[in-house]
Parts: sequence; structure tokens; C-alpha cells
Amino acid sequence: MKMELIQPFINSADSVLGQSLGCETQIGDVSMEEEVYRRKGVAALVNITGDIEGRVIFDMNAETATRVATFLTGAEADGSSELVLETVCELANMVVGSAVSSLNDQGVRFRISPPEVHTSEDGLRGSEDTEALVMCFHTDNGDLYMNIAMRYNRRRRNEPALMQL
Amino acid sequence: MQFDSLIRAGGEPVRCLIVDDSIFARKNLAKLLQSFGCAIAGEAGDGCVALTEYDRLRPDLVLMDITMPNLEGIEAAERLVRQHPDARVVMVSSVGCQENIVAALQRGARHFVHKPVKADVLYEVIRYVMADTIQAAAVVGGPIQ
Repeated sequence: MKMELIQPFINSADSVLGQSLGCETQIGDVSMEEEVYRRKGVAALVNITGDIEGRVIFDMNAETATRVATFLTGAEADGSSELVLETVCELANMVVGSAVSSLNDQGVRFRISPPEVHTSEDGLRGSEDTEALVMCFHTDNGDLYMNIAMRYNRRRRNEPALMQL
Repeated sequence: MQFDSLIRAGGEPVRCLIVDDSIFARKNLAKLLQSFGCAIAGEAGDGCVALTEYDRLRPDLVLMDITMPNLEGIEAAERLVRQHPDARVVMVSSVGCQENIVAALQRGARHFVHKPVKADVLYEVIRYVMADTIQAAAVVGGPIQ
């Protein structure tokens, strides 16, 4: 997977999480995932279509999701409540939206779907041209995971020297 | 952070319609608006509902997300302003690329605010968009997180 596609998502997650959760974030483990993805708890999925195709899953365990929702809304929440699910979806929306804006401004054209709660135990399997990268972000409210699998679509892949980052 | 209350010249609070498919985002925006002394006229979860709710509620200001099911925000803003040329729409979205910002402004939106929304930025944008109708009043609001 091209680092030029990934870096905007890392920058965006770092910025959005830091700003929203009012803390410094630290990037923890980064790994390539070749096995079928299994969510860790409460997960939001955002699909991407256009010059880039793929998806981003934003994932955290139930305890972290509850703490994050309580912090952001000021209301007591439990791990399965709609407010918690909505909070995780909106965080995913802000992170992906900000990264997409950056890539769009560099000439890459694509659209994102509204985030949806990811309830399946499985995610999308990585492949030769759609590897999944998993990153952990440490925050004061717990660890959040971003799982990215995307690729240039065929038309875009065949274009030379797409971006210089 | 405290803000001067945004009051219309007649002494009434600015009435806002919040359009976002995320309940969390709507709650967050409502909390911010109330800290500015604004009133929440209503909420809508997509562009289609926003159009009907605007007709019913006639708010002073619409805060509109972009990425939503059924009818996206930029298209909804365009239809809204076509039907109500005096409608004041501010786009509030995480997808703040230049293309979207330009498209939104060309199609009728008055301004654009990036998510995550910063309270001071939203406040200044509302003051700017509502400049001809509001008067600053007493300081309201408590700490905003």
C-alpha cells in the first residue's frame, strides 16, 4: 500500500483525536494485516470510492468507546448505547473526512460514504493490491485502532507519477 | 470559554436548524449553539428532512453537514437557497477540501466550518453570517470542552 495514501490518514487521526479528546496522542503499534480482520469492540466503517477504492475501519474496545463518548458528550454512556456507536462513527467521519480533504486538494478524486457501525466479526481481507494497515493510537481515554485497506483503482494506477509527497 | 450572546435585533435568540446524520454531531453542535445563546429550532438527519423542516420552522440559520444519506448537504443547500433565497446556510463538514468548499459557496452556502468544530470559529462564522440581524448582548455560556 502506498505511503502517500496512508500518511494523510495518520496526520488526520493524530490531529482530530488530539483536538477532540483534548490530549496528546501517540502512535503505537503499526502492522500490516494479511489475515481476515476481526474487530476489537465498537467499530465504524467508512467506504471510499473513486480514484482510490477501499475502506477505513475505526475500532476500539467497549470500555474505551464508553470513555470517549462520555468525554465528548458529557453524558454517561454504556458500551452498547446508540450514543456510543454514533460517537465512534462521527470520530471516524472526522478523521477520514479530513484525510480525504487533504488528498482531494492534491488532485485525487474520490468520495466517502457516511460511516456505518461495523458489526461483523470479520472485515475485508487484504490482498496483493489491497493490503490492510492497522495503526494503534494511544490516548488518555484508551487505545483506538485505525484499519486501512485501499488502493488506486485501475485507471488511476496506470497513470504515471501521481503524487509527489 | 464564554461568548457574548447572539441576539437578534428584536431581542430574540438566533434560531438554528441543525442538519447532520450523526446524533452525536447534532448534540455537539446544539451544545455549542446554546452556549452562544442561540435557540435550537430543530434538527434533521438528512437533506430531504432539512428542506421540509426549514419550510415548517423557518429558522434564522441552518448548519448543514455534507456527507449524509438520501440527499447530500451541498445539493440540499442549493435546493434550499433556490426555494428561499434569503436562507442562511453554513456548511459544517469534515470533508473540507477546496472543491467542496467552492462548490458549497457557489451553490448557495454562506460559509464553511471544518469538523471537528472549534467553538470560537463557529461563533465568529455565525456572527459574520448573521451580522446584519444580530446585536451582541450579555455574556452567556459556561466552559466548553
